[in-house]
Amino acid sequence: MSALTRTRAVVKPARPVRDGVGLGLAVGVSGVAFGAAAVSSGLTVWQACALSLLAFTGASQFALAGVIASGGSLLAGTVGAILLGSRNTLYGLRLADLLRPRGVRRLLTALGVIDETTAVSLAQPDPGTARTAFTATFSCLYLTWNLATLAGAIGAGRIGSPQSFGLDVVGPAAFLALIWPRLRSGRAERLVAVAGVAIALGVTPLLPVGVPVILAAMAALGGALSSPGAQPPPSPESPLSPETTS
Amino acid sequence: MTGAWIAVLATAAGCYGLKLAGLTVPQRVLASPRVRRFAELVPIALLAALSAVQTVTSGHAFDLDAARLAGLSAAVVALLLRAPFLLVIVAAAGTAAALRAAGIS
Repeated sequence: MSALTRTRAVVKPARPVRDGVGLGLAVGVSGVAFGAAAVSSGLTVWQACALSLLAFTGASQFALAGVIASGGSLLAGTVGAILLGSRNTLYGLRLADLLRPRGVRRLLTALGVIDETTAVSLAQPDPGTARTAFTATFSCLYLTWNLATLAGAIGAGRIGSPQSFGLDVVGPAAFLALIWPRLRSGRAERLVAVAGVAIALGVTPLLPVGVPVILAAMAALGGALSSPGAQPPPSPESPLSPETTS
Repeated sequence: MTGAWIAVLATAAGCYGLKLAGLTVPQRVLASPRVRRFAELVPIALLAALSAVQTVTSGHAFDLDAARLAGLSAAVVALLLRAPFLLVIVAAAGTAAALRAAGIS
């Protein structure tokens, strides 16, 4: 735990349920945007719901819908979406120590290992409170995200042209919002983002749709090799960058 | 639509597997700072690339759509003003929709 987290715990008494439910509701509502984006990309209402129920990780879900919307190959879309889910493995590593889930509980806990649950759990002063925080955030966010997905998917199916509602900008805006706290946190992060954009746009005319985005991971590889272990400074205003609490 | 179902279920299985792996594998496997840093940076590179590709390309060609560009610019302004996630999305979609309703695209 960083000095930042400790200070926060001293200044403010831990309110794991309130924090978890609050964040769960706030973020879960944006499932509407995913449901709408998924259906306007050509997925069915049930496919949108299946992704929210089973994958339950926003960035990957938006990514798959985005590649399908732009006419990319399903394989490229799937690989990109799964690649985006790799950060949850690191969150799992952090949470395994804290939550210590065993047996069947571990299988259920795994579904809830995402940005938001990690952020709230790691901000708690002790493992007991962290477990409560995880459960509160996960259950509230899971319920809200899935209901919102269903609402957005049904809603988008009823309106005529998704473009006339600006739904084609929902994905790009969501991606930018998801990485914004990290872009603010360091120069290396911004360089990696710019390099990723340059790689993807550079090869777009040459390669199958969806593949350029996967190649953008080369920027992350370059960033990791040139600045290993360089930790960005903590950003107190951002609840969505749990890695900064390490 | 069978292909889409396979993609949906494969994505779900892959994402779940990655989460479970984190809770299951020994801590030291991913303890290397380079591996850790890579996993931190992957979402930044991929999401930035996705955002750009979906904003300025269509298939293999560059496609600059004024309404879409304005929508993404509105998102940037909302983010600079520290608006919450949903407001950023609404600002982006609303701007693009308003411009298209006005006949600009």
